[in-house]
Amino acid sequence: MQSFLIYSAIILGIIAFARVIKVYELANALRGNKDEQVTDSDNKFNAKMMLAFVIAFFAFCIYQIIAYGKYVLPESASEHGVDIDNLMNFNLIIITIVFVLVNIILFWFAFKYYFRKGNRATYFAHSTKLELIWTIVPAIVLAVIIIYGLMTWNKIMTPVPENEAVVIELYAKQFDWTARYAGDDKKLGNTNYKLISDVNPLALDTTDSHSLDDKLVRGEFHIPVGKRVLFKFRSRDVIHSAYMPHFRAQMNCVPGMETQFHFVPTITTAEMRTKLGKPEFDYILVCNKICGQTHYNMQMKIVVESESQYNTWLASQPKFKADPQPAASDSLKTVKNSVAPVQPVSLW
Amino acid sequence: MSAHGTSIAHEEAHHHGHHDDHHDDHHHEDNFWTKYVFSQDHKMIAKQFLITAVFMGVVAMLLSIFFRLQLAWPGQGFAISEFFLGKKWAPDGVLDANMYLALVTIHGTLMVFFVLTGGLSGTFSNLLIPLQLGARDMASGFLNMLSYWFFAASSLIMFLSLFIETGPASAGWTIYPPLSALEEAIPGSGLGMTMWLISMALFVAGSLLGSINYIVTVINLRTKGMKMTRMPLTIWAFFITAILGVLSFPVLLSAVLLLIFDRSFGTSFYLSDIFIGGQALEQTGGSPVLYEHLFWFLGHPEVYIVLLPALGITSEVISTMSRKPIFGYRAMVGSILAIGFLSFIVWGHHMFITGMNPFLGSVFVFTTLLIAIPSAVKAFNYLTTLWKGNLIFSPAMLFAIGLVSTFVTGGVTGIILADSALDINVHDTYFVVAHFHIVMGASAIFGMFCGVYHWFPRLFGRMMNNRLGYFHFWVTFISVFGVFFPMHFLGMAGVPRRYYSNEAIDLFAGMNDINVLITFFAIAGALAQLVFLYNFFYSIFRGKQASQNPWNSNTLEWTAPVKHLHGNWPGALPVVHRWPYDYSKPGKEKDFVPQTVPLDPGEEDH
Repeated sequence: MQSFLIYSAIILGIIAFARVIKVYELANALRGNKDEQVTDSDNKFNAKMMLAFVIAFFAFCIYQIIAYGKYVLPESASEHGVDIDNLMNFNLIIITIVFVLVNIILFWFAFKYYFRKGNRATYFAHSTKLELIWTIVPAIVLAVIIIYGLMTWNKIMTPVPENEAVVIELYAKQFDWTARYAGDDKKLGNTNYKLISDVNPLALDTTDSHSLDDKLVRGEFHIPVGKRVLFKFRSRDVIHSAYMPHFRAQMNCVPGMETQFHFVPTITTAEMRTKLGKPEFDYILVCNKICGQTHYNMQMKIVVESESQYNTWLASQPKFKADPQPAASDSLKTVKNSVAPVQPVSLW
Repeated sequence: MSAHGTSIAHEEAHHHGHHDDHHDDHHHEDNFWTKYVFSQDHKMIAKQFLITAVFMGVVAMLLSIFFRLQLAWPGQGFAISEFFLGKKWAPDGVLDANMYLALVTIHGTLMVFFVLTGGLSGTFSNLLIPLQLGARDMASGFLNMLSYWFFAASSLIMFLSLFIETGPASAGWTIYPPLSALEEAIPGSGLGMTMWLISMALFVAGSLLGSINYIVTVINLRTKGMKMTRMPLTIWAFFITAILGVLSFPVLLSAVLLLIFDRSFGTSFYLSDIFIGGQALEQTGGSPVLYEHLFWFLGHPEVYIVLLPALGITSEVISTMSRKPIFGYRAMVGSILAIGFLSFIVWGHHMFITGMNPFLGSVFVFTTLLIAIPSAVKAFNYLTTLWKGNLIFSPAMLFAIGLVSTFVTGGVTGIILADSALDINVHDTYFVVAHFHIVMGASAIFGMFCGVYHWFPRLFGRMMNNRLGYFHFWVTFISVFGVFFPMHFLGMAGVPRRYYSNEAIDLFAGMNDINVLITFFAIAGALAQLVFLYNFFYSIFRGKQASQNPWNSNTLEWTAPVKHLHGNWPGALPVVHRWPYDYSKPGKEKDFVPQTVPLDPGEEDH
């Protein structure tokens, strides 16, 4: 009954609306606007709207900068992150100038040159000089953007030798992360995906002596401040993306291949907590490639600490062979959605 | 629409100039089926594309409202969600997490392929190519009909996939394997993905049939005097769009076919070393990155397949309604060609952080940023066309001006995303969502609305209501920026896209005021489309009768009679003597000179 009333109300509403429009059209026809498709008052109204719009638009942009600016680009906690932020600011300045100028010119012209009877538009079909100007000027600006951008990119992506960095493997699966550290031999052992089992979740090759002392860590992983950290990424099932927003670091984790990314963390968790005045602050690793039902909650805590603290922490982590159950500090959030994950077998 | 349209044999349509006597040909009544359903008339096919696209657009928009409600108020129930999605996908009105991903996926697929490719190109290429070139019909009416019916079948399958038990495809509109290949990974990769793949295969077939037809028609069926350099910019845009489609859509088909093989026949093109559902899969040696290359080899030209027709349509409308020639016609054509060419060598910018070689990434940075040059030329040429014009604000003109604003506003953020170093941090965040919705989504849909309002009298012989059009434009325009501008801030704060909820991660949980604002504008924008739908359907039947050339335009479509007839012109085909942009030419009495008017003695062609 209720839905019947709703439907009737909608249908009657549409009919009423149609009648109002019809009356309006008839009234217009009586006033004699037959020849012109667009009346003078329509033109004037829209011209004023153009001007009002551009003012409101910029006011809205400024409001957003004030209200939301605080969220943008949280302080970067890695060496190259500062370079990325500088490059970003440089680009933002250029595009903001273009954005503001073009929109002002566009809406100003729209406002200024609205149709007036008796006016005639200027026949101005082309000008080689003007067209050259706005081909060459953007080309020069873009050349600067390209060169600056590629210099930064090359600096970030140049591979580092493994012996000059702390090597950590990040292993992704639906819907969590595991970190793997090399043991005393400083080498990560080989893997073979067919060996995955409840006791060997990362598919370590147990015949490879290097894997026996590897350390598997869940819940949170630690990295030393001021040291270059080289991440190797693997995935068990679908594509994931390891995104560490504070470090301006991201790389996809692709099943069947190994990817990598390296950076130098510059601010410890403790220092960042003091800086921000937020005692509960933590760096995070999140998944940033659609990977399934609980994609939105695939996260891991990152702890940046001094090298000595890091060494102590790492030493306290159990070895793969000695204790197959890694010490998972249980800081994982409980999944808020009550529906169980799709995967039928939980391997952890 | 003529009740007793005169029919001409279609093969005859190729022979210009022999048509004075076609009235003597076999007259016969069209029945309902040949006229409205299995029509081979390009004007009817254009309407079929348009109506189908409007339907798909309404569905796609509605889906977006459901996920916007979830994003603004995560975990809250909404009666409207339960009403449309049912108890399974929205128990107590709370959107299910898998259905959220499905909605995002289908919203993207419908908008990109069905509304903005099929709908935009299908409608206006069909309507305008023969009419603006002075041709009786497309080169092959039969292929043209097939092109629509492949599109219709593909639309139907995609739509029906919304109603199956395991839910529609939910791996994102880019359907990256292995997520899209393995049912164990997400339920939508079962039957839903199979239907998605079948639908897209049919879509590609339809698109190719259409595009080949457009290309052949543009090359062969131009009327006397219609040199390539006298073609309206709309035709240039449709022509290059069709070429892009022919070159890139087969690659999507190959990507889809290989995925079908991987899913159903145990091959390993994209799959390698996967352990899922409690067991290790046999497949080794494949690579998901191969899929990404194939997909984006279509995917990037696809952006321009969507955008170029919109740019063509608005160039035409801005010139006509400014009563001024388009500024820099040759530069505009050159930009279309340059954008079309470059669009094939930039696909890697979607893959900077997929593990692709960083050096290869550098090459794509370079080629991608080059596209900004022809795009800038286009934007500045639009502005110069408006300068010292005599602007008539029809609803179409408003949407055209709106497009210039969205094209530039969304375009500049592309510079950031094309910069691989910056992409590391904003890749797959809301910054990307903001960028492509403004530059591609809004611009293309504005181009489409612009075309609908401008050529409505040509399509249906009636006018749409202007005042409703103004309301529609202003609310839509404000909503577009209200929805997508704040997303830049979310993106730069690091919020990833395709998250069912931002509550689970402390860093993002505090920013939900932005999502509430976005959803508010999204609903306002959606409601404004109801006004458009009303205006559109009401005007088809009850709108004011259109005069032959309501916008005082120069192009040939306005020389054909208001009532549609097979063959477009009752007598001989019009002959073209000048370019289409002689608006407000000095020395002429009126502010427009149709293309059919011969040059005065001593008068220079543009």
